[in-house]
Order: sequence, then structure tokens, then C-alpha cells
Amino acid sequence: MHPAIEWTVVVLLLIGSVFLLVGSVGLARLPDFFTRLHAPTKASTLGIGGVLIASCLYFSIEQDGLSVKELVITLFLFITAPITAHMLAKAALHQDSPPLERTRNSDLMTPAKDRESP
Amino acid sequence: MLTLIVLICCALVGVALLLNLYRLIQGPSVLDRILALDTMYINSIALIVLLGLFFGSPLYFEGALLIAMLGFVSTAALCKYLLRGDIIE
Repeated sequence: MHPAIEWTVVVLLLIGSVFLLVGSVGLARLPDFFTRLHAPTKASTLGIGGVLIASCLYFSIEQDGLSVKELVITLFLFITAPITAHMLAKAALHQDSPPLERTRNSDLMTPAKDRESP
Repeated sequence: MLTLIVLICCALVGVALLLNLYRLIQGPSVLDRILALDTMYINSIALIVLLGLFFGSPLYFEGALLIAMLGFVSTAALCKYLLRGDIIE
């Protein structure tokens, strides 16, 4: 294997793994559900994209022909992660999950039965 | 060289999985547990891909694709249940 390709694979793997770790640290440490929601849905998706693209490059060089399965997994995850995040945020608003106190415009999060009629 | 880097990446992803397990055990609400489970699905896909790189065999990607699809469907079903009280109305 050419050394440049191997270095590219190594750099992509390290970047992806560090992004996965950063997303999980954000999931474990942030104080609120909505802040905890945005940590894995961005950082972990980017990390898994890096790892899968590194694997696709390695197997495309190692064997003859382009390996498409990793690209399929990457595309599927990049499409479905925002849908999952949207559904989770909607369910959190539905369940009156408590936001942080310094959240701006948090009066918009009150349910409709508690608001004043216009 | 590549083997060492793959082992280091496996260690990083394993630490990430332990942090997700902490959030799954000590989540204040049920939504935190669902989010931790979804992140665990993603990290498990990363571990399977790293295992395939370690052994140099491309046989593991169908399992990774299966885990990705099942993770999305299960998370969508749980959120739908929490929103509506029913999965398929």
C-alpha cells in the first residue's frame, strides 16, 4: 500500500474517533436535555462519517473495485440523524422537559393551555 | 502502524461507549435514555467498522448496515410512542 494513502486512512480514523469521543463527553456532561441533544447528533455523526470514509478508502485500495457499502451506511446515517434529532426534540417539548434557566425565549416553550389568549 | 492506530481508535470508541452507558443508567428522563441508546448504536457501528479494518475482511459491513437501520427504526418508534401514545395509529 502506498504510504500517502495509509497516512490519509490513519488521519481520518483518528479524527473520526476523536469526534465520537467528544460527542459522548458532551452527552455525559452537559446540563440540559436540549444541550445534550445537540452534542451527539452533530459530533457523533461527523465522527462516524470519518471512520466510514477511512474504511471505504482502505478497502477500495486493498481490493479491486470501489466498495460501496460504507458509502451506503454513511449516506443513511447522514440522512436519518437529523430526523431522529427532530423527533427527540419534539417529544421533549411534548413532555415538558425542563430547559436551563438562562434559555432565551423560554416563554415560547410553555404549553398552549397555560398561555394568555391573544 | 495501521494496526496500532486501529487499536487506539477502538480504545477511544470504548471510552465513548462507557460514557453513553453512564448517561443511560443515570438519565433523569426517559428521553435521555433513548438518546443514549441511539448514540450507543452509532458507536457500535464504529466499533464494527474498526473490527473489519483490524481483520482486513469486508464481511462486517452488512452487520453495520443492519445495526444502523434497526437503530433508526427503534428510535423513531420510541419517539412516536412518547408523542402519540401509539406507534401506528
